[in-house]
Amino acid sequence: MSTDAATTQTSEHSSQEDYRKLQETNKRPLTAGRVVLYAFLTFMALGWLFPFVWALYNSFRDYAYTAANGYVSFGGFTLSNYTDAWTRGDFTQLFLNSAIITIPAVVFTLLLSTMAAFVLARFSFWFNLPMLILFTAANLLPQQSLLIPLFRFFREVGLLDTYMAVILVHIAFQTGFCTFVLSNYMKALPKSMTEAALVDGAGVWRQYSQIVLPLCRPPLAALAVLQVTWIYNDFFWAVAFLNSGEKFPITSGLQNLRGQFFTDYNLLSAGSILVAVPTIIVFVLLQKQFISGLTLGADKG
Amino acid sequence: MATTSQPGEHTGELDREHREGQDSSGSASSPNGKLQLLSGKDRTVLTLMVAVPAVLVIGLVWIPALISVMLSFTKWNGIGPISEIQWIGLQNYADLVTIYPPFVPAITNNLLWLAVFFLIATPLGIFMATLLDREVRGTRLYQSALYLPVVLSLALIGFIWQLIYSRDQGLLNAMLGLDGSNRIDWLGNADINIYAVLVAASWRHVGYIMLLYLAGLKGIDPALREAASMDGAGEVRTFFSVILPAMQPINVVVLVITVIEGLRAFDIVYVINKGTNGLELLSTLVVSNVIGEASRVGFGSAIATILLIISLVFIVVYMISIYREDATE
Repeated sequence: MSTDAATTQTSEHSSQEDYRKLQETNKRPLTAGRVVLYAFLTFMALGWLFPFVWALYNSFRDYAYTAANGYVSFGGFTLSNYTDAWTRGDFTQLFLNSAIITIPAVVFTLLLSTMAAFVLARFSFWFNLPMLILFTAANLLPQQSLLIPLFRFFREVGLLDTYMAVILVHIAFQTGFCTFVLSNYMKALPKSMTEAALVDGAGVWRQYSQIVLPLCRPPLAALAVLQVTWIYNDFFWAVAFLNSGEKFPITSGLQNLRGQFFTDYNLLSAGSILVAVPTIIVFVLLQKQFISGLTLGADKG
Repeated sequence: MATTSQPGEHTGELDREHREGQDSSGSASSPNGKLQLLSGKDRTVLTLMVAVPAVLVIGLVWIPALISVMLSFTKWNGIGPISEIQWIGLQNYADLVTIYPPFVPAITNNLLWLAVFFLIATPLGIFMATLLDREVRGTRLYQSALYLPVVLSLALIGFIWQLIYSRDQGLLNAMLGLDGSNRIDWLGNADINIYAVLVAASWRHVGYIMLLYLAGLKGIDPALREAASMDGAGEVRTFFSVILPAMQPINVVVLVITVIEGLRAFDIVYVINKGTNGLELLSTLVVSNVIGEASRVGFGSAIATILLIISLVFIVVYMISIYREDATE
């Protein structure tokens, strides 16, 4: 199992991949069974895309037109829902808030988890296993169970209604997951790599920053993409700790848009699409990193 | 050495190194037996590298979790000083089941959520993964369509599905040809809204499970499948008797993710109606008891504790499954 993880991570399984590709290109005859398979897959794929496409379609349509002709109609195309949603929902500020929260949270999560993983994976201290369990399990707890003490704590130290409270909780929660993934990766790196440095008299900090860290670029890229998506998508922590709406990140702020114009679904569609844009960019351009980030976590087991 | 914590089974070389280190030092706390090479400064650096993240995780996750459990045995409004906290034993738990009407719907909805995920969404995700693993042309396109919802937040999914479920403007009523008073309020009717929400939540969950399972299937030796088919096992039997057992590690991950996602569900119902009127969940009850005018901290903590304990059962199973080898080595 962990050998699985090790090989997948160092991508030594390429021969198996090649074999599979060979099989794929080895075209099968189109039997009745295959036709049913393709028909079913196409049906499912279209069905899965539909809710999103429906939101996209209606986001480009004029409210007056759909009100008169019904939503199941064609026409009334306009871009004004987008400009309206942007200005009325104060999206410039909300997107900025998302960046203010997401960027430092991801940077510090990755920094702290590479350090923790380095110690736990490359050295054998008595506390390695308990520490790894503590880190990994923390990421799986239900957030709502921590709400009351955290709320009181942040109020006590004057961090309530600040970005800092949200950023700190994200770091604490996500460091667990990233430490788990990175320590598996670092364990699979050959020992000889740091040993040479050790013989040269390099300190542990240099081993970490100049040898191990550069080797961890692939999992770091995957985790960065995954964490940006997750933290950007967070709704709960921002709603819990920020009580002034102008500080909300965009995911939590979309809620305000509905309160204001709860009947204009075209406007809400446009707002939803705008909020989805960063994650759709991830979906289109960084699919490989996103998927490998998700599955890296599941690989070791 | 029972105290060793670094699994060295990845490569033979690593393993040997590891044991040598342990033998020459004889102390579990000496890093790879290279004690003489670790200066005092190195030790300080290593300690800091693990201590800073540990303090954050323990301080902002584990200690709050413990305090929640403690507060569940108290009565406190959460605003006054800590000295105002009164210990009332199990009273909150007793009140929960006797005089708090939303509790039973919340538990029922959480169980329903788990049931739908377990019996429908997760199996459908696994089924789609096995179909897409069968040398399908254009498999990436199908996969992409199924996993699109995975990159969207659950809050956003709540909004997107309102376009379909809305009573007056939604697509569903229009497609069913319902008008006037015949129109169904899919999200407002307390008898059916939880099912409507579960369809939307499953939309995302299926893609998530499909991705995880597909990654696992790619790691399965094709020879295994061929051997089974040569033995004359059909597709279905091959899956249940060969593939499924070989996927044991991923199965545990899928089980845990299904449960955790089910228990953590919050955003999607909160954006619809803040988790009221048929959409009660344990997670939304915690929030509604703490935020708002009636601040019942002890009571909210009792609900939080129940949520925590159910989660911990599955988290412990998961931890045992991933760290068992490390511990017994």
